[in-house]
Amino acid sequence: MARGVLIIDRNRCKGCELCISVCPVKILSLDYENANIKGYQPMKILSPEKCIGCCNCAVICPDQVIEIMKGDTNHG
Amino acid sequence: MGKELMKGSEVVGASAILAGCNYFFGYPITPQNEIPEFMARELPLNNGVFVQAESETAAINMVYGAASSGRRVMTSSSSPGIALKQEGISYCAGAQLPCVIVSVSRAGPGLGGILTSQADYNQATRGGGNGDYNVPVYAPADLQELSELVQHAFYVADKYRNPVMVLIDGTLAQMMEPVELIKITYPEIDHMQWSVTGRKDRKNNHIISSIYLVADELEQHNHWLSKKYEQIVNLEEKAEIYQCEDAEIVVVAYGTSSRIARTSIDNLREKGVRVGMIRPISLWPFPFSAFENLPCCKYCLSVELSMGQMVSDVILASKFKYPVTHFGRVGGNMFTNSELESEILTRMSEVATND
Amino acid sequence: MTDFLFQKTNGLTDKQTHYCPGCTHGIIHRLVAEVLEDLNVVEETIAIASVGCSVLSYEYFNTDSIQASHGRAPAVATGIKRVFPNQIVFTYQGDGDLASIGLAEIIAAAGRGENITVIFVNNAIYGMTGGQMAPTSLVGQKTSTSPLGRNPLLAGMPLKMCEIMSQIPSVEYVSRVSTHSPLAIRQAKVAIKKAFENQRANRGFSFVEILSSCNIGWGLPPVEALKWIESRMISYYPLGVYKDGKDLE
Repeated sequence: MARGVLIIDRNRCKGCELCISVCPVKILSLDYENANIKGYQPMKILSPEKCIGCCNCAVICPDQVIEIMKGDTNHG
Repeated sequence: MGKELMKGSEVVGASAILAGCNYFFGYPITPQNEIPEFMARELPLNNGVFVQAESETAAINMVYGAASSGRRVMTSSSSPGIALKQEGISYCAGAQLPCVIVSVSRAGPGLGGILTSQADYNQATRGGGNGDYNVPVYAPADLQELSELVQHAFYVADKYRNPVMVLIDGTLAQMMEPVELIKITYPEIDHMQWSVTGRKDRKNNHIISSIYLVADELEQHNHWLSKKYEQIVNLEEKAEIYQCEDAEIVVVAYGTSSRIARTSIDNLREKGVRVGMIRPISLWPFPFSAFENLPCCKYCLSVELSMGQMVSDVILASKFKYPVTHFGRVGGNMFTNSELESEILTRMSEVATND
Repeated sequence: MTDFLFQKTNGLTDKQTHYCPGCTHGIIHRLVAEVLEDLNVVEETIAIASVGCSVLSYEYFNTDSIQASHGRAPAVATGIKRVFPNQIVFTYQGDGDLASIGLAEIIAAAGRGENITVIFVNNAIYGMTGGQMAPTSLVGQKTSTSPLGRNPLLAGMPLKMCEIMSQIPSVEYVSRVSTHSPLAIRQAKVAIKKAFENQRANRGFSFVEILSSCNIGWGLPPVEALKWIESRMISYYPLGVYKDGKDLE
């Protein structure tokens, strides 16, 4: 179970990939299929269940795209 | 309170404090050092703030910051220092911040000299800052009037949310005269709608800025400012008209020059010479309406301690109905009464010959 | 207890920034805003925006703000802080603004020991005007006005502001931090918090230099730009606390 649940404000994203580069479990990617309202390919989460809730992605995001809720803290 | 013998610079400071100015930011430059010195001494006694800035540029930017609070704020300087302040004055005008700048002019250009001069007429009335803006400029001729105009300057600054300048020359700043400091009462002006204080209970943030990156928005802002300036032109002209009803020669002089001119006019009047004077008190807006009723005027003499910077305004005021020339001395020198009187008489004989 | 591990701060407005993708200005804005929120001073803070890329920062900080002319933010901050000594006043300045055109104002404000907080964003280039050489551009760094790379014989060595500021007696706190990694960013927040706490406690002038990226100006992708901070900038601009406490007689 995921320790963190990402809430992604995809239309704020500028697709800079900083979050992707700092995710220790490599579960973030750009959404190459769908551009956001600004025309960027925004970040998305590939395997939400693997999130360890480290918040690195949110900490390095320059555009306040990501908020993280507590996930299941009993497992994992 | 009664009259006190005071120095011009002290009158500036005391009148500002009388007007409720609690914040002064300045930098030493001759011949206005007694203003910051006075403020450094007096403001702390009134819970006010004096800061000696690192430069005139910094001082006007401290004014910009402090004026953002909506409180009354002042700085003073002299010619090259006022040149350095022009950037900040333009920002204050753009951001619509009320503040008062006292300019004590000395001889220029460049470092020039430290003796008295009126060679900053263009600097004051045209300004050296960028963009479409104007600054009301008041030019007192004696220390009593200086006290009144410093207080008036704060009111006009508040009323229009615009910087206002009081322009005196080194002589007025350095001379002593009996003055009665009288607090003038003006309508209260509330700045709570825009002033920066920390948001507290307000919903919206207050922002002081002069940046408009969208052309249409800046154009709208320019039109708004322009409307204010138009209002100032319509309402805030000030001039003294002296012995002009039958004057064939009208002297136009402000500040120290007008004091000498007044004596010369009195001297010549005793000899039956029909000479009068228009004394602009507001240099911007220039008192064009004072020139509307000069039924006998055949000649205008712009008398100033510069190479004739005010002449162009006087020509505009004359509507080309009579010739306008300049008389004065520069470099820190003053003309004497006899020099001015002989100039007036020479011009008078020209006028007579032309008739 | 909050259900959030990471939540947006109310120290920022909702306005989306104009910064280029991957520009670390956005991170630094957030850190400052989070600190203001943590200290519960958002509503008593006055931000001074400078000239450069962060010229519009007043649209992002959820505080009253004053936009200053180029380099003069510390003088503007002095003006408003002297009127409201109990409010929190900070400047947010880039390296062109602070370390070039505004050198006199920053040194003099520090010299007076103004009780303000200075956030100095050093990205070694003029970003807003299109990537010209800054006083902080590194030796050999190619910019549009040093096309062959910064030549120390012509342009001198880059200015080290923390080292300069820490020599000024009335300065309370000087620290250099970075934004090149999540850890560095968390450490940056600690320094920024300290700088604001100092002001709240009337300890005086606090200065935090934050190494920042300008990926567009440097001609690097955003992720590579962060690596450039780590590999190139930190060796010349060492991180750490340069001063903690005034030199008083």
